[in-house]
Formats: sequence, C-alpha cells, structure tokens
Amino acid sequence: MNNADIAWMLVATALVLLMTPALAFFYGGLVRSKNVLNTMMMSFVALGPVAVIWALLGYSLAFAPGNGAIGSLAFAGLRGVGMEAHGAIPHLLFMAFQGTFAIITPALISGAVVERMRFNAYLAFILLWVVGVYAPVAHWVWGGGFLATMGALDFAGGAVVHVNAATAALVAAVVVGPRKDYGRHAMLPHNVPFAMLGAGLLWFGWFGFNAGSALSAGPTAALAFTNTLLAPATTLAVWTMFDLFRGGAATAVGAATAIVVGLVVVTPAAGYISPLSAIAMGALGAIPSYFALIYRAKTKLDDSLDVVAAHGLGGATGAILTGVFADAAWSGGPSGLIDGNPGQVLTQAASVLIVLAYSGGATFVILKVLALMMPLRITGRVEGVGLDVTQHGEEAYTAGDGAILVKPKEASIAHGVADVVVSESGGGL
Amino acid sequence: MKLIVAIIRPEQLSDVLEALFHADVRGVTISRVQGHGGEIEHVENYRGTSVKMALAEKVRLEIGVSNHFVQPTIDAILSAARTGEVGDGKILVLPIEKIYRIRTGEQDQDAVTPVHSDS
Repeated sequence: MNNADIAWMLVATALVLLMTPALAFFYGGLVRSKNVLNTMMMSFVALGPVAVIWALLGYSLAFAPGNGAIGSLAFAGLRGVGMEAHGAIPHLLFMAFQGTFAIITPALISGAVVERMRFNAYLAFILLWVVGVYAPVAHWVWGGGFLATMGALDFAGGAVVHVNAATAALVAAVVVGPRKDYGRHAMLPHNVPFAMLGAGLLWFGWFGFNAGSALSAGPTAALAFTNTLLAPATTLAVWTMFDLFRGGAATAVGAATAIVVGLVVVTPAAGYISPLSAIAMGALGAIPSYFALIYRAKTKLDDSLDVVAAHGLGGATGAILTGVFADAAWSGGPSGLIDGNPGQVLTQAASVLIVLAYSGGATFVILKVLALMMPLRITGRVEGVGLDVTQHGEEAYTAGDGAILVKPKEASIAHGVADVVVSESGGGL
Repeated sequence: MKLIVAIIRPEQLSDVLEALFHADVRGVTISRVQGHGGEIEHVENYRGTSVKMALAEKVRLEIGVSNHFVQPTIDAILSAARTGEVGDGKILVLPIEKIYRIRTGEQDQDAVTPVHSDS
C-alpha cells in the first residue's frame, strides 16, 4: 500500500457518494412540483439505510470468499474488514468505495416509479433489493463469481449497476403500474435547471465512479478518467445534432439526458479502451437511447424518467461495445473484437442477458411478496394532491401563507385567536 | 352574458380544462390562489415546527360566456372538478355589464364568440 493510492481512493469514494444527491436533483427536476421532495427523498434515503445494510450484510454477500453465485457471511458485521491491504488500499476503504455503488444503484430504480409509489413500500423494496439482487450480481462480476470466471468485462458497473437497476426499473414500472395521468395529461418537468445541475454533478462524481474503479492511482485510473471525459462529451455532441436535425432545437433536458447516457455507456469500458474508442462508444451509445426515449413515451410503459432507455440500453450497449473495443495495449490484458478476440462480444452479451434475467425475476418476486404485506402505490385523490404532502407532510415550494403554528399542548388550535400565530416568513427552516 | 368564476382544486385543473374544451368553451383565464373553504387543514412538519396549513392552494378560473354557453360551462366544471370531498370549490355566476374585445373593438356577444381562424 502507498499513500498516493489511498488518497485517490478516499477522494473517489467521496465523489461517488456525491452522485446520489446529484441523481436526486436530476430526477427531482424532471417531476412535477408537487412530487419533487418525494422524488429526491427516494434517492437521498438510500444514503442511510442502504449504506448501513451494506456494511452489515451486503458487503459480505458480495465480496467475502464464497462460491460462484454468492459470497459468504465471513465479513458480516464488518468482521475482518480492517486496515489490512486489499489490493493497493486498506480493506475498509474498499468496503466504503463499494458501498457508494450499492447506495446509488437502487436509487436509480426510483426513476421508473416516481409520482405514485408509496414511500415505505419503496424503502422496504430497495433494502431487500440491495441484499437480494445487487449483492449477488456484484459478487458475480467483482467478487470472484461466475461472470468473472467466464471472463466478462465490467470495469465500473455497466451490467452490475446499470443493466441491473434498469431491469429492476422496468419490472417495477410494470408491477406498480402507471401514474393515473399517464397518457392523459402532459406531465412536464417542473425545474429543468435542477435536472441540469444533477447531470453536471453526476458527471463530476462519475470521475470517481470510473477512475476510482481502477482501485489505485495509476495509469489505468488516468485512462478511465480520460474516457469518462470523452465518451459523454461525444454523446452530448451527437445528441445535440439529433435534436437539431429532428426538431430544430437543442433541448436542455436532452443535453442533461445525453450526459447521463454517455456516462452509462462508457462505464463498463472505462479502463479497457483507448480514448479514441471512448469517442466512438459515446457516439454509438447515443443512438439506441435517443430513439428509445422517443418511442417509450408513445407506449403504455410508464417508466417515468426513462431508466430503461438511459441506463438499460446505455448499459447494455456499453457492455457489448466493451467486447468490441477492449484493447490489450491500453487495458494491459483483456482484448475485444477489434483487438482480435471476437468471442469477447458473446461473453459480454451473455453477461448482460444473465444479469437481465436474474434482476428481472428477483425484482418481480420481491415486489410481489411486498405487495402481499402492503400496498405498493398510492391511489386516486392522494396521487392528485401529490406525494410531498401525503407521504412526507412537507411542501417544496410554499410561501407559508396561512400556516398556523401548532403549539404542543393545544390540540384545538383553530379556536383561540391568542393561540394562533400566522407565519409571515417562508414555511421551511 | 355571464362571468363564471370557479374556484377549484389545482389537481383537478387538467380535467376541468379538458371538459371545457369538449364543451367548446374557449377563452379562459386562470390564476393560482389560496383560500379556505371549510376543509380539514393538513399538518406539515419542518424540523421541530408543526404547522397547520389553513390556506389551501386553489385555482381560480374566470370565463366570460354568452347566455347559451352558461349551462354547458357550469356542467363541465361541476363534473370535472368534483371529487366528493370537502374542498372541491365553488362556482359563481355573475352578470356582466359590458364586454369589449380589445383587438377589434367588438362588443358584448360578438366579443366572447370565439374566432376560429385568423387567416
């Protein structure tokens, strides 16, 4: 171990953690104002309970020595996770770095069920999902599981994070069902600047996600970092051209989306491909997601914030193209189709299908079991009023007019004028 | 000629506009307002502070219509804005003394008759 590697991985871990609040802003800006707090909380809440359950159980299931399918309980409760070296860094730092991935992955799913899923059902779902789906899939690829043995390449989580979360999102959108206004009324983003702020911060944090996945501060981190700059830049350029040719206007929501798609596409490949290949991947990766977004809105599938189009198709495209562009001269090992190893493309496609099948099936089971115990969604009037007020007892944008202070002892406050204080200022503190 | 003023729930606005459209009522002005109509106040919490929201968000529609459009307009709003719970709002029908269309100077009935093509 040396302190340069440790220093970079400390920073990278903090960068990845920032991506979850960034995702909250990205998603929060895209929903209606009556649901923005709920939508942002769906991401924020993952920072709490998911991180705890990861440390106590999830990490062990993913990374403790086990069999090809799952780890073991050897590291449960962080037993044996200390200062000793794990590769180039202390074991506990590796656990923390992986924890930030475990936090953002279930939060990604929320984009498919915003504006109608009950908050406590969502919370129960992501806790079960991170243990039952994320941990085993992470084990398959990064914990020495069977996908690693098979030779599947996934540098920073194209299949583990993005295909996995997007498949769960697809299933969740179908099981929870569409919003009542879906297909009847236009539901517009209430704060596009939030979405752009979120996309910008996601990009910033993604340097930790991809370059940190080198797990050291060496040249591989520099390669992944550079590719994380170039691929989304190219996706953004191509996306903007599509926008200009199709509608004559380069849209802001489109730009924010393009950045995320480009980042997703390069994620599985970041440390394996040349910078020029990253540009090619960013360009190619724009195509399926761009047209899937347009098509999805015409279907009955209320994947409200297009998790499937952005993360599912982007992740699958990236995973397969990793098998095309992986280059031994840059990766220091794995090579793909262009480098004379055509079989890698099939391995990549197989890994995507396996993750898709398991994530889809397991997510379906988790949601159906939960549905036996609690309603998954809010209905009728409550949906009209919005989830901020009904699920959280707060509003995002209140002038505070007519807000009457409820004092502790006075139950029937509305009756005495002397007991009533009308707040003059904004409602929030 | 009547001025129809309706105070409705904001979440019913899309439904009401749709119903008005189907009733061929064009020309509507809306404003976001706050008010109290006897409904139960909901309680919100901000850190240690609990507040009862005595004023609810409402939408106010103002529609100037000619006489034979009064009833269709009212019917459209009644059916689309109703949820059956306290707080659905009110419809007020007021007499109008005079109407001018600013663009042409047309008056009264002519001024509230929709123009379908400006070609």
